[in-house]
Amino acid sequence: MIREVSGSEISKAIEEMCIEANLSLTDDVRGRITKAFKDETGFVAKKILSQLVENMEIAKNESIPICQDTGMAVVFMEIGQDVHIDGDLTEAVNEGVRNGYERGYLRKSVVKDPLIRENTKDNTPAILHVSLVPGDKIKITVAPKGFGSENMSKVYMLKPSDGEEGVKNAVLDAVKSAGPNACPPMVVGVGLGGDFELCAILAKKALTRDLDRRSEKPHIARIEEELLKTLNETGIGPGGFGGDTTVLGVNIETYPTHIAGLPLAVNICCHVNRHAVRVL
Amino acid sequence: MAEYHINLPLTKEDISLLEAGDFVYLSGTLYTARDAAHKRMTETLEKGEKLPFDINGETIYYLGPSPARPGQVIGSAGPTTSSRMDKYTPRLLELGLKGMIGKGRRNEEVKAAINKNKAVYFAAVGGAGALLSKCIKESTVIAYEDLGTEAVRKLRVEDLPVIVVTDCHKNSVY
Ligand code: SF4
Repeated sequence: MIREVSGSEISKAIEEMCIEANLSLTDDVRGRITKAFKDETGFVAKKILSQLVENMEIAKNESIPICQDTGMAVVFMEIGQDVHIDGDLTEAVNEGVRNGYERGYLRKSVVKDPLIRENTKDNTPAILHVSLVPGDKIKITVAPKGFGSENMSKVYMLKPSDGEEGVKNAVLDAVKSAGPNACPPMVVGVGLGGDFELCAILAKKALTRDLDRRSEKPHIARIEEELLKTLNETGIGPGGFGGDTTVLGVNIETYPTHIAGLPLAVNICCHVNRHAVRVL
Repeated sequence: MAEYHINLPLTKEDISLLEAGDFVYLSGTLYTARDAAHKRMTETLEKGEKLPFDINGETIYYLGPSPARPGQVIGSAGPTTSSRMDKYTPRLLELGLKGMIGKGRRNEEVKAAINKNKAVYFAAVGGAGALLSKCIKESTVIAYEDLGTEAVRKLRVEDLPVIVVTDCHKNSVY
């Protein structure tokens, strides 16, 4: 049986998710920021974290975006093979973004051409990643991504012989070079394996996974935990002013890769690691 | 590390008092400008024309706010990454710019120009735009309206919390 889903239903959901994601962080991220504030021992660091805690409250209560960079809208859609979408899917997604950014008083931060740089004035187009899955549902994840941290992200084409050590060193290198520019405390999304473009997509996807849920692969879960510790030992701290809290979480997503390669992408996100998820 | 409440525009005495790592609450008038406005200001200077405001002694906040809801002065209003303005900054410092508010690293050329022209670079907390917006009491677009969020705005702020990153004595937090 084919299930019909209308383009307008998709637009409406995306509109609401753009607004929701920009006004309140998910419980896992909120929890990590609040815990960091409680545990932090650095004086300046604690003061900065207290501003972040207060900021989340003001944003939620007064409908002011958590950050003025309300991001470029990254949309992941897992579409069941038994769904028929009525209308143009890409246009439905963009219509949702357009309405969400207008009605939610969100900043329009997208330029039409990378070199001519004229603002599209409605934050479209979105960056849309579609995958087909079994079933008759559509799972939508909207992740508005700020570019202060996006600009500090990196892809490394490592060699198989670099192994686990090489992976850890590269992530450390990316976080250190991001430093104060990426609005620490950061969330680090890592894509490991696949090929050049897939590792980057996995890294972005990793940012949308619950920070309290470790990888299902035991050796990757261990690396996530070890990296979290190492990255916090850099002492970069909130705002880059030093402290115990440099990174709130590390999520790694993996995919099989070629015998000759070890692709690695590190997608740096700030503490404003936003996403909203819905199933239609 | 000290804490100060300072009125804008910054005086020579204020600037020489401040040291990297100090907490400062700024009150008074400042201007916003980010990437596109900096580019346009530089083009204006190259044509031999005047900047849209008298920059001498003033402070620039690297900010592109989100739109204000009805009844609000401004939307979310936190700092953007300063290094993107590095290319344009030494020239503005030569013209008398005294304060900059942003986030993140500056290049060596900017640091040297800060020292030479006795200015100061502050960071506001990135990603605290809702909180920072509460310190902004008035906001008027004064130039480049077509740039939308990147237009030049004149702001009146009260107790805007910032931290000194680079002082005029060659010290820098990072
Ligand atoms: S990096 Fe994140 S917190 Fe910083 S300005 Fe951009 S969106 Fe906001």
